[in-house]
Amino acid sequence: MPRRVVRSEQAPDGDARRDDLDLTQVAVIVDAGDAHGSLIALLQRTQNEFGYMPEPAVDEIARLTGVPASRIYGIITFYAQFSTVPSGRHKIFVCHGTACHVAGATRITEAFEQELDVPDGKSTADMEFSLGAVACMGACSQAPVMRIDEETYGNLSADHTRKVIRELVKELGLEARYPGLAGAGSRAGGGGDA
Amino acid sequence: MPEPAGAPAAGVKVAVSAERDGKRRVSVCAGTACVFAGSMKVRDVFALEVEAAGLRDEVEVAIIGCHGLCSQGPLAVVSDGDTYYPRLKVKDVKRIVEEHLAGGAVVEKLLYVDPDSGARVACAHDIPFYSQQTRIALRDVGVIDPESLGEYLARGGYEAARKALTTMPPDEIVDEILASGLRGRGGAGFPTGTKWKFARSSPGDVKYVICNGDEGDPGAFMDASIMDGDPHAVIEGMVIASYAIGAHEGFIYVRAEYPLAVRRLRLAIAAAEEHGFLGEDVFGSGWGFKLKIKEGAGAFVCGEETALIASIMGERGMPRKRPPFPAVSGLWGKPTNINNVETFASVSWIIAHGAAAYAAIGSDTCKGTKAFSLAGKVVNGGLAEVPMGATLRHVIFDIGGGIKDGREFKAVQLGGPSGGCVPAGLLDTPVDYESLAATGAIMGSGGMVVADDTTCMVDLARYFLRFTQNESCGKCVPCRLGTKRMLEILERITAGQGRDGDIASLELLASTIKKTSLCGLGQTAPNPVLTTIRYFRDEYEAHIAARRCPALSCDALIAYTIDPEACTGCTLCAKKCPVNSARGEKKQPYAIDQALCIKCDACRAACKFDAVNIVSGPHEIAAAVAAQRGG
Repeated sequence: MPRRVVRSEQAPDGDARRDDLDLTQVAVIVDAGDAHGSLIALLQRTQNEFGYMPEPAVDEIARLTGVPASRIYGIITFYAQFSTVPSGRHKIFVCHGTACHVAGATRITEAFEQELDVPDGKSTADMEFSLGAVACMGACSQAPVMRIDEETYGNLSADHTRKVIRELVKELGLEARYPGLAGAGSRAGGGGDA
Repeated sequence: MPEPAGAPAAGVKVAVSAERDGKRRVSVCAGTACVFAGSMKVRDVFALEVEAAGLRDEVEVAIIGCHGLCSQGPLAVVSDGDTYYPRLKVKDVKRIVEEHLAGGAVVEKLLYVDPDSGARVACAHDIPFYSQQTRIALRDVGVIDPESLGEYLARGGYEAARKALTTMPPDEIVDEILASGLRGRGGAGFPTGTKWKFARSSPGDVKYVICNGDEGDPGAFMDASIMDGDPHAVIEGMVIASYAIGAHEGFIYVRAEYPLAVRRLRLAIAAAEEHGFLGEDVFGSGWGFKLKIKEGAGAFVCGEETALIASIMGERGMPRKRPPFPAVSGLWGKPTNINNVETFASVSWIIAHGAAAYAAIGSDTCKGTKAFSLAGKVVNGGLAEVPMGATLRHVIFDIGGGIKDGREFKAVQLGGPSGGCVPAGLLDTPVDYESLAATGAIMGSGGMVVADDTTCMVDLARYFLRFTQNESCGKCVPCRLGTKRMLEILERITAGQGRDGDIASLELLASTIKKTSLCGLGQTAPNPVLTTIRYFRDEYEAHIAARRCPALSCDALIAYTIDPEACTGCTLCAKKCPVNSARGEKKQPYAIDQALCIKCDACRAACKFDAVNIVSGPHEIAAAVAAQRGG
C-alpha cells in the first residue's frame, strides 16, 4: 500500500538557494566543538544547520578554526554525507544495496528520473525534489526499498513507485509544474487506439 | 553469576520476552526491515487498542530490536506463551487485542504458516528459521527492549564485565579470549586474543579501544542489528577489552547511515555511566573507562582500520601502510585495539560462560558462531547466527527456507564488494574463514545475498565494481585506476559491446590490483569479478560473443515482446505502460513498440496471461518482435 508522505519538518521552509546566509550559527558550532578530531563532527553540525555546505560557511569555519579551507574541502569532498550544493525540499533516497539491486532498484531510480525529470544525484529545477542513491539501508528483506523524507517504502515495483510519485506531486499541489508526469491512470484505456 | 536466560548451550530460545512488573507484554519489532514494512504504525495502533480495551494496567506495548525473520515483518510477540504474530496489518491489531490480550485466546488465523506442512505455528522457537540457530552475539537482539538497561541486566548483562574487572587480572582475560578461539568477525578473521595481546604489550600509558561499527557492505545488517538491538552487549565487550589491554578511552565508530544505532548507543552509554558501568570507577574496581561515539560521514573505506583511525582524527579516511600496526601506533600515535561489533558482543558471553564453552561450538579452525544477514532471493530473509562450520546449504535452505517463488538457486554472494559468488556446486562448503577463502569468496562481515536464475552474474560483478570504484579513496594507483578500467570493461559487456579478450583483460587487471593495492579495499575489489568469471564464465561469453544475457536481465541485451497466442487483448499492459509502448486493439493481441519500450517490467508484472516475454539475443529478439500480433 502506498503511504502518504507528509511534509518533513526538517525541510527548509524558505528558498533553499538563499544567498544571505546567517553565519552566526557557524561561530556557535565552532565554539561548541571540543579539541582535536572534532572537525568532521563540526562539519556535520554545519551541514545540519544549512542543509549543505555553503562556501561562505566553509570560509567562516576556516577563519575561526585556522584550518585551511582547502583541507576542509578535502574532507567535504571525501565523505558522501557532505554536499556543496543545496538539496531539494523533499529528499528521495532509493536504496541500491545488493539485495535491492537484484530486486530491481535500478527501475525504481529510473521511474523517478523519468517522472520527475531529474537525473540521479541531482535536484529538480524547482528545487522541490532531490534524488539520490544510498548504498544500503539495512532493510534488505523488504527490497527494493526507498525513503522520501521521513517516510519509508518497501517491496516496491516500478509501477508502484510511479503511483507514489503521482500521489506525492498531487498532494503537494505541484501537478502544474510536472505536466510530463506519466499519468498512466489518466490514460486508462489509452493505447488501444494506436 | 546468574546464567543468562536463553544461553545457547541450553538450546536456543529466541523469543523469551520478560514480563515486567507482572505486566503482560506485546513486543513489536523495531528492526529496520520491520520499520520499513510499517511496524511503528502497528506499535502505535497496539498502544491505542490496549488503551481502548482498558488493558493499560495489564499490558505493556514495547519495542524490540530486530527479531530476525525480517521477511515476515512487521511482526510482534505477545508474552503469553511467546505467541508470534507475523506480517501484521494495522487491521489485525484490534483482533489480537480483543481476542488474545482481553479474551485469552490465541488468534489462530494470524499465526505463522509453515510453508512445508501448512500448519500454524504459535511460537517463534518452533519455526525452523529460529530453532536451527545458535545465538551468542545476537543473544538478546529481538528479545529485550534495546532502550532498557534493566532488561539487559535481567538477562545477566554486565555480569561478565563485573567478573572480569573485579576478579580477573588483565592477562587472564587475554588468555581466556585466546583460548576461546574467537577470531575477528569483521571478516578478516584475525585471532582477537592475539590482537589484544599485542595492544596490551605495547608500551605506553595512553591506549585506545575502538569498536568498528562502520558496516559498509551493501546487503549486510548484522552489526546494525546488534548496535540498535542490544547496544549494551557492545559496550560490555568494550569495557572488558579496555581493562584487558589497558585503555581508558574508547570510541564506537558508527556508519553514517545508522542514525538509530547512534541514538540507542547514546542512550545505552548514558545509562551505563549512570550505573557506574562506564566512567571513573567501573564497578568500584578503580578502573576508569570513557566511551564516546564517532559518527562516520559516509565512506566505505573507513571500515579499514587505518582509514577508520584517520577518520576519527577528523581527517580524510585514507588508509596508510602497515606496519606500524594500530596495536603499536594507532589513534593519535598511541597503541589502539580495533574490533568489530559482533566480536565485542561475543566477548562478554565468553567471559561469562568460559572459553571452553565457546570453543566447544564451531569447527576445528573456527570456534564459536557467526551471524549472517540473509537477503536476496531467499524465502526467509533476516538474521541468522550459526555455529562455524555449518554449511552454506544449511544456512540458505534449512534456515533460509530455500529460494523464493520456487525458482532455482544460482549463487550466493558472500562478503559484499570484497567477497565473491559461490555457485550451487559448492553449497556444501562449511562456513569458516579458510573454506570460504578457498572458493574465492570470503567470510566477510556476514552479508549473504542469494541470487536466483534471474540474476545476471556479469551485472552483479559490475554492480560491485561500480561500488568499490566509487568508494576507492584514490590514494594508490592500482585501486584508483585499475578498478576504473575493470568497471569500464564490465559496463561495455553488460551494454552489449563486449569484445574478444575482455575476460583475459579483466583477469590480468584483477591479479595486478590484488597484488599491488595498498589496503584491503583494493586487494579484495576484484573478488566479485574473479569468482563470477571462475564459476559463470559461460555468462560472460554469452554477453560478449552471442550478445545475449542468459538471466534476461541486462537491458541492452533484452526485449519485451507479447506472445500473440497468449495475449487476450485485455489492455492491462497498455494501462500500466508509462511510455505508451504497448499498443493494439481491444480483444486483439497487443504488441510492444520496441522504439518506445524502456524495459521497466510493468507490463510483464501486470499481465495475467503470461503473455509478455523477455527475450535476449539478436535472432531471438528479431523472431519474437516479428511474431508479435501474429507476425
